Amino acid sequence: MSIAIEFRNLFVAAPRGRLLLDNISLALKEGTTTAILGRSGSGKTTLLRAVNRMVEPSRGEVLLHGTSIRTLNLISLRRNMGYVIQETGLFPHFTVERNVGLVLEAQGRPRKERLRRSHQLLKAVGLSPASFADRFPHQLSGGQRQRVGLARALAAEPDFLLMDEPFGALDPLTRAEMQDMLRSLLDGLKKTVLLVTHDMDEALYLGHRIVMLSEGRLIANLRPEEFVASRLREVAEYVQAFRHGGRSAASENRVEERRG
Amino acid sequence: MNSNFLTQYGGEIATLTVEHLWLTGAAMLFATAIAVPAGIGLTRSPRWAKPVIGVANVLQTIPSLAMFGFLLPLPWLGDRAARIAILALTAYALLPILRNTYAGIRGIDPSVIEVARALGLTGRQRLFKVELPLAAPFILAGLRTATVTCIGIATIAAAVGAGGLGELIFRGVASVDNRLVLAGAIPAALLALAADGALALLERRFKVPAPEASA
Repeated sequence: MSIAIEFRNLFVAAPRGRLLLDNISLALKEGTTTAILGRSGSGKTTLLRAVNRMVEPSRGEVLLHGTSIRTLNLISLRRNMGYVIQETGLFPHFTVERNVGLVLEAQGRPRKERLRRSHQLLKAVGLSPASFADRFPHQLSGGQRQRVGLARALAAEPDFLLMDEPFGALDPLTRAEMQDMLRSLLDGLKKTVLLVTHDMDEALYLGHRIVMLSEGRLIANLRPEEFVASRLREVAEYVQAFRHGGRSAASENRVEERRG
Repeated sequence: MNSNFLTQYGGEIATLTVEHLWLTGAAMLFATAIAVPAGIGLTRSPRWAKPVIGVANVLQTIPSLAMFGFLLPLPWLGDRAARIAILALTAYALLPILRNTYAGIRGIDPSVIEVARALGLTGRQRLFKVELPLAAPFILAGLRTATVTCIGIATIAAAVGAGGLGELIFRGVASVDNRLVLAGAIPAALLALAADGALALLERRFKVPAPEASA
């Protein structure tokens, strides 16, 4: 399998000079899902946004199939990348159907094709077109909105999919449901996916590779089973915190405190 | 007002109402043509927003009678009173439209703009498919404020001989004839109310319901 996305000595500096990404070099294989883990502020989102040039690097470059993205047309680059974010960013004045078909509309494809494609995608993400196509975003639940966001990202058959905490705002049950749906959907599509998440279980469940960032630096790039067994200090601490200590221990303590 | 009065002045009231509408309408067209693109421009380079809106704000504070007076000596304008009136009214209409266009676009949920960019909409598509439709209720609200204000101020335009319903009001004041004052004031007030209602209806059509809290 060839390399679809390559980060080459990538530096991104914040306006005040702090480094958001510090010399990242990383190659992602075509058709795989890479989950990016790390604490808040570790540079996960910046890495994702460097791929569709929502963020411009101060040094280094990003290559798609060996071509620097700076030499590509910005609009067609972005149209070839599905984009899903936690807040969904659905267009509140468009119906679900039009939201999904928007990239095709921007490309000037005929209405008939747009409708066919958007209904097909609604089905693929588990929403019946008959009852959802004509609704507006405010008439949907959080999970349904995320499904529409995903359908919109896939509508123009992009080769890449960029997802930034897509399920971060959902309750655990809905989140698990969405993860199952996404995994079976991606299995059939062979897209190159970058998934930013702070949920290690989600990363392990969906990712072929787990990339971990800390303070803008690349800490690890491992297969899931290697990641959980890793002896790298920062990775081991992260896994430990997520599994045993961290959140659960903290909440147990809190319960204890209230009882006491 | 008895029927005698209406038969005597009815025709004149009608002509002056049309004139009043024409002054206001022309000013609103010019103001919209200037202020909406300017407001859009300010959202693209927000550091200009403060000074530009500041200038429009200053224009707004000039007393209308003084504004008409200032414009009177200008060469090309001076010989056509209607031009002075339209220019002055345009100046008054700028601020509400400019401010609301700017605020309307800036107030759009940032995630919506972000996705519009990230999905590869061109600048023009983003403007016409996303930003303007979502800012439309605000822009229309600005237009509504400006229209109502201008219909009121246009009555002063009669002071420089530009016509309109102010004509009757000034004449009524000069001849201490309250019927004449009312014959100008009532249609002007009705015009303002009608414009306000019509634009409010239009504004409501463009309103997008706010998203419910996610379930």
